[in-house]
Amino acid sequence: MNISSLYIKEGRAINRAKGSLLIAESIPGIKFNEIVDVQLSNGEIKSGQAIDISEEATVVQVFGGVSGVDLIGSKIRCKGETLKLPVSTDILGRIFNGMGDSIDGAPPIVPDGYLDINGQPINPASRQPPAEFIETGISAIDGLNALVRGQKLPIFSGSGLPHNRIAAQIIRQATVKSKKEEKFALVFGAIGISYDDASFFIRNLERTGALDRTIAFINTASDPVIERISTPRLALTAAEYLAWEQDMHVLVILTDMTNYCEALRELSSMREEIPSRRGYPGYMYTDLATMYERAGRIMGKKGSLTIMPILTMPDDDITHPIPDLTGYITEGQIVLSRNLERKGIYPPIDVFLSLSRMMKEGIGPDKTREDHNNAFMQSYAAYAEGCYLREISTIIGAEALGERDKIYLTNADKFESEFIAQGELEKRSVEGTLDIAWSLFSVLPEEDLKLISEKFIKKYLPKYSKKQT
Amino acid sequence: MGKIWRVSGPLIIADNMKGSQVYEIVEIGKEGIVGEIIGLERNKAIIQAHEDTLGLKTGETVRGTGKILSAELGPGLVGSIYDGLQKSLLTLVENTGSFIKRGAKAYALPRDKKWQFSPTAKVGDPVSGGDIIGTVPETNLIEHKIMVPAGIKGNIREIRKGDFTVEEPIAWVEHKNEVNELKLMQEWPVRKPRPYKQRLDPSGLLTTGMRIIDYMFPLALGGKAAMPGGFGTGKTVAQQQLVRWAQTQLNIYIGCGERGNEMADVLHSFRKLNDPSTGRLLQEKEIFIANTSNMPVVAREASIFVGVTMGEYFRDMGYDILLVADSTSRWAEAMREMGGRLEEMPGEEGFPSYMGSRLSSFYERAGMVNCLGSPKRKGSLTITGAVSPPGADFSEPVTQNTIRIVDALYALDVSLANKRHFPAISWLTSYSLYVDAVMDWWDKNDPGWHNTRAIALRVLQQEAELEEIVRLVGPEALPEGDKLLLLVAKMIREDFLQQSAYHEVDTYCTPAKAGLMLKTIIRFYELSQEMLNSGTGIENIRSSPMVYKISRMKDIPNETFERQIKELWLEMEKGLIVHKGGVS
Repeated sequence: MNISSLYIKEGRAINRAKGSLLIAESIPGIKFNEIVDVQLSNGEIKSGQAIDISEEATVVQVFGGVSGVDLIGSKIRCKGETLKLPVSTDILGRIFNGMGDSIDGAPPIVPDGYLDINGQPINPASRQPPAEFIETGISAIDGLNALVRGQKLPIFSGSGLPHNRIAAQIIRQATVKSKKEEKFALVFGAIGISYDDASFFIRNLERTGALDRTIAFINTASDPVIERISTPRLALTAAEYLAWEQDMHVLVILTDMTNYCEALRELSSMREEIPSRRGYPGYMYTDLATMYERAGRIMGKKGSLTIMPILTMPDDDITHPIPDLTGYITEGQIVLSRNLERKGIYPPIDVFLSLSRMMKEGIGPDKTREDHNNAFMQSYAAYAEGCYLREISTIIGAEALGERDKIYLTNADKFESEFIAQGELEKRSVEGTLDIAWSLFSVLPEEDLKLISEKFIKKYLPKYSKKQT
Repeated sequence: MGKIWRVSGPLIIADNMKGSQVYEIVEIGKEGIVGEIIGLERNKAIIQAHEDTLGLKTGETVRGTGKILSAELGPGLVGSIYDGLQKSLLTLVENTGSFIKRGAKAYALPRDKKWQFSPTAKVGDPVSGGDIIGTVPETNLIEHKIMVPAGIKGNIREIRKGDFTVEEPIAWVEHKNEVNELKLMQEWPVRKPRPYKQRLDPSGLLTTGMRIIDYMFPLALGGKAAMPGGFGTGKTVAQQQLVRWAQTQLNIYIGCGERGNEMADVLHSFRKLNDPSTGRLLQEKEIFIANTSNMPVVAREASIFVGVTMGEYFRDMGYDILLVADSTSRWAEAMREMGGRLEEMPGEEGFPSYMGSRLSSFYERAGMVNCLGSPKRKGSLTITGAVSPPGADFSEPVTQNTIRIVDALYALDVSLANKRHFPAISWLTSYSLYVDAVMDWWDKNDPGWHNTRAIALRVLQQEAELEEIVRLVGPEALPEGDKLLLLVAKMIREDFLQQSAYHEVDTYCTPAKAGLMLKTIIRFYELSQEMLNSGTGIENIRSSPMVYKISRMKDIPNETFERQIKELWLEMEKGLIVHKGGVS
């Protein structure tokens, strides 16, 4: 953090060092939650945070543990500042670490200002409900779980599933149907991921030429754990700067939020806090919410902030506290399925568990197409019925099903192989996606299309629409 | 003037605080962050901060205000949007812009607006707490009754007519040489229930416009209900539907620790939608509290109590009020966080052991009452709370503690939600203990209710049992009668219980329409049974055009429903069930 290297206060009397905590005598002037430097006798400097201050004692959590700290020679030095990000439009195209220091070798930023990385809550009364459809070119998302600007929509994945490839595809393809000329930016926050995964994204951005409108904050698995706490906040602060002050439409990709939550648990248990489920701190919901809620649209401002966090569900368990609490905060979720992956379907998006809460606002006439909502409901219903019959047929055999049921069974297979599945480089327009849905409806009994209003059936069902043309 | 001695998250200990009282509001630091004293120890005060404490230092000032956390009550509440501490969010937008700055202040009631006050009491009238002395037309839907604050008693010495701000005196009450000035506004400490004359049993149907609630698991005026559900089960949408369409005079929505975008969506929709019975904008009968999940944790508790206090205040005017709290789990989490900071002995899953009693102190403020003061009037406050159980596991402490208190449970089911069956209220696990309390209402409006409801619930129960068999032998192996039962159960589920919150017509269903819809399905069942008995195959019944027509009943507007459904019945009675065989 190249904000200033002037220390305003220094404390020498450290009374206790245990785990990652230093308990020192009160340091007057230190601010709650400020980032401090701990200088060891050998000159090494570690970062820490003041997590409890009083006139009796100051408790500092040292990042990376207290090894090497001695009670006599070590010093706590504070700057009287909480963590801030220097901002200017020059940060576009730059790469930073989890403390906000640039790591791409280019000269440091000349900042226009410093922003507190915790941000401020958006006043609910000045929020603009998100309603602009983002076309990702992926049928399972556009057709069934549409993403809109200002939404926070996570990808729930599992180890070994292609979440990175899907995220990269979204970054490559995402567009908005709009006649106005608009500025886009991408903010990428890598949290505790492997070097390979990080460089996969960077290479991808380079190849598509998107790197010069991207800001990346990279904390790899070998970087300090505490920086995993600040990385997403830095990314969101940069995104807020671009969205609210530079009128840009910003998409924030945060991967992998599971590592963030693990870091939070690690720090919490070192602080000897009372754990909640599975050892995660009780405030994890609020902690995640203060980040994800930074997404949105604001009345009177041109920009928007969309967040797509990626997390891997431990043991593919959606009821694990990390995906569970995330699902309570975000506006839906895209869930990847190992079953579909095994069937060789890319992208393996589980249609039943996935959901976009903001979809209804973003689709329909003028936004996507008039029949979108009906087609979406009917696709779900038909696929659900097919999957239910598939389950039954594994016990009683497909032969024991009635004629109508067999149609639905085959339809479910076709839905997976034709609608959900698509190429990694294939960009489908939303109209193309809906047309595939209609071609699948054409094999179903027409009187079963209860969820579609009749005028759309007459207009879009292939047997009628072909007659017209 | 005290000063900060310790800061640990939302917990602050201040020194030099002699003379403070527990629950007194304090202002901290140069920004004036709001905090509340929750304990005293010699010179020190233990304070929970309702705003973020980042960057505070020891030695900064702490000022006592001498007041305890209270709500402002008076004209100007309806249509407002508040944060958890009853600061007007719209005023904050004007003062500090799109982001909430720490320590920013805003009154709950506008101080400059003049309200037209018409007295109903006269000079010399003896009055006491709760008596209505006049009215203010607050919105087109709410006539705000101005009541004598509790504790004041005497004869009216003077009362004025005209336009006043909430702070100007409108009347003077004299008692033994002591004169009290009355204003349009009064204050009430939020943690203390407002007094009433007598508590009554909940009675009468609270029409919600949701078929599964009104018809299957009714809610009575003055009742309390909980709606637990995992994420994605449509908790928020269902709760919003309740505040939108409930046929009460005033609805209060508390968004406690929930999503900002959804809150924005509600706020915007209420500026556009009309109340079905009055045709006026919904905004004219709603109060919002928006304390989203990124706003300070401790204020979540305050938001719940501020909301319920406003509810009681309007109840005291003799109105029926619905309060919806989404979600009480977030409030419980705030309790857990504070309990942890205070190093209290944790109960189950880290929640403090007093969580159960706190939850009941909230829900117990629901009820139907004979209001204090004259004229005689009845008012009710109905509470429904959403619960967000981790992992959709209802055995967790917040859900269990809530279920113990409430008398109606609307259990949202993940598997229904995954099938996109909305509202995902499970008919197998939900219940309402208000069936008897609403019996009179239904007897007057739809005498067949009890019977029709019982038949439908039985069919659904039988379906659940048959489902197990179907999973083993397949649907084709069942006897014809069971196949018909499955068909009818499916119709009840899809054509009656499922209700789209986004469909223009279906979003609000009158109890009369709901009754006719279900009766139509049951009549179809009876007629089909007759056909089966006379040898018609189930295939013919399944493909009857009636099945399709029944599935479209939802789209028929409430107003023309009765007429249109009569035609359908005539057609059905003619024996149109078999369209190919011509057996009729």
